Amino acid sequence: MRVWNEFIKGFIKENPTFVLLLGMCPTLGTTTSAINGMSMGLAATVVLICSNAVISLLKNVIPDKVRIPGFIVVIASFVTVVDLSMQAYLPDLYETLGLFIPLIVVNCIILGRAEAFASKNGVLLSIADGLGIGLGFTMSLTILGSVREILGNGSVFGFQFIPENIDKVLLFIMPPGAFIALGFLIALVNYIKNRKAA
Amino acid sequence: MTGYILVFISAILVNNIVFAQFLGICPFLGVSNKVSTSVGMGAAVLFVMTLATTVTWLLYNLVLIPLNIAFMQTVAYILVIAALVQMVEIILKKVSQPLYQALGVFLPLITTNCAVLGVAILVTQKNYNLLQSVVYTIATALGFFLALVIFAGIRERLELYEIPEAMKGAPIALVTAGLLALAFMGFTGLIAVPW
Amino acid sequence: MSDKKKKLESTFLNMFLVLLAISLVSALAIGFTYTKTKPAAEAIQKANFEKAIKQVVPEFDKLSEKKEVDECVLYTAYKGEEVAGTAVETVSHKGFGGDVQLLVGFDAEGKIHNTAVLSIKETPGLGSNMTNPKFKDQVNGKNPAEFKLSVKKDGGDVDAITAATISSRAFLDAVGKAVEAYKKGSN
Repeated sequence: MRVWNEFIKGFIKENPTFVLLLGMCPTLGTTTSAINGMSMGLAATVVLICSNAVISLLKNVIPDKVRIPGFIVVIASFVTVVDLSMQAYLPDLYETLGLFIPLIVVNCIILGRAEAFASKNGVLLSIADGLGIGLGFTMSLTILGSVREILGNGSVFGFQFIPENIDKVLLFIMPPGAFIALGFLIALVNYIKNRKAA
Repeated sequence: MTGYILVFISAILVNNIVFAQFLGICPFLGVSNKVSTSVGMGAAVLFVMTLATTVTWLLYNLVLIPLNIAFMQTVAYILVIAALVQMVEIILKKVSQPLYQALGVFLPLITTNCAVLGVAILVTQKNYNLLQSVVYTIATALGFFLALVIFAGIRERLELYEIPEAMKGAPIALVTAGLLALAFMGFTGLIAVPW
Repeated sequence: MSDKKKKLESTFLNMFLVLLAISLVSALAIGFTYTKTKPAAEAIQKANFEKAIKQVVPEFDKLSEKKEVDECVLYTAYKGEEVAGTAVETVSHKGFGGDVQLLVGFDAEGKIHNTAVLSIKETPGLGSNMTNPKFKDQVNGKNPAEFKLSVKKDGGDVDAITAATISSRAFLDAVGKAVEAYKKGSN
């Protein structure tokens, strides 16, 4: 039961993107399409689960004062492993996500979960937490990517439903559109929350 | 020489790190409530970023490449940046109390500022020499400074306006940033960068 | 939960040993992944490059050693003893999102045979339409001596990609560089 709760909280209650506003750089930088957003989210999820698991195992071995450097090395190692593997097996995707793959290291979500959760809880709970928060992040990026792709390109997951010769709101796949779309999505989440509370 | 000037202008206006490259968004949204704090953050980033790129450039070209372990880049860079930030903090505390008070609070935040690591990796990818790297980094950091201060100025005024409940806080900040990004898009194609 | 077990104390020796151990394990893990993934990464790169070369030059059975001219790299393709065409690897720094890397193929008469996009960082859905045949095939079969390699807005002969003039210009800039290199290299 506890495991399930730790897993599910990442989707809505503690959604890293829409509620906690963490990891904004990849959120804005990679969501030009639904598929790109989802891939970015999944890459971060893999790193998050692995780092949470290892840090939870090592929590009693790492002295408090060098906690953060220790965590950073663990996270950076997993990021490099993901980076190298993507380069080898998914080169097209690697090209699209580019710089944002090595930058998973400094994604505040990952160090944040290590510090706030994995360093205080058991392995199973930490994995559940990593999986939940990671998939919550993936979900948010996919939603933002879909919205931008639908408005800006008339397609979703590459499926074109507005013919190519009709003009779309190109702004949404350009940088300014990222900020604006995310702003209104968060406003929508706030609106729903406020109505529920009232 | 003109090359350096063009790269300078390009990194500040055309390829602004926040509005065009989406790096350093967390501090951009987080410490932009007041102009005074945003100036402190901007200065701290300028300082650390320049130092970090210089050190990582040397590390990459004098250690990682000769040893043939360029794949350790991410791990090595982030450790260097984390250590550097700590050192700057300690030195600043000893040497100049006023400067420490102005920049000190922002330093811990900089380790996880993806702009610092991002720029260090970018100049490596672009194969810049040391001088080019430093020029590019200073320009990029100034671009961050400019974006942050303008944004903070607008947010200070936004405080005074009636905003729909659901738009308060992050949403209105993001929409504002979007409009600023739109303004910066006007610089697109202004100049061609020679390298 | 964490209070039950005692944490390792923050003595200098402890800190040093633990960080050393973590770094060692990390370096080993990364090194291992690197040696495992490197052949795969190289194989994919090589396969993609070969596929691109086959696309851009007429049928051939042998490729010459590469020859560097300015920023470009030339590969001459032979069919038997005859020159079948030349593939030129070229790059433009004027892209919207970064460098635009192309492979431009010329046939034996020096006409552009075909082009292939090797790597771009343009905006998906806009500049990335550079790979769309409707745009890039405009230069195919053209003789660079009589065909103006610039967009119509700039007085050239090419229709730009909708809403992505900068990317279109970068593409043509790269093709233009390839033409120059080809001229220099074949003399």
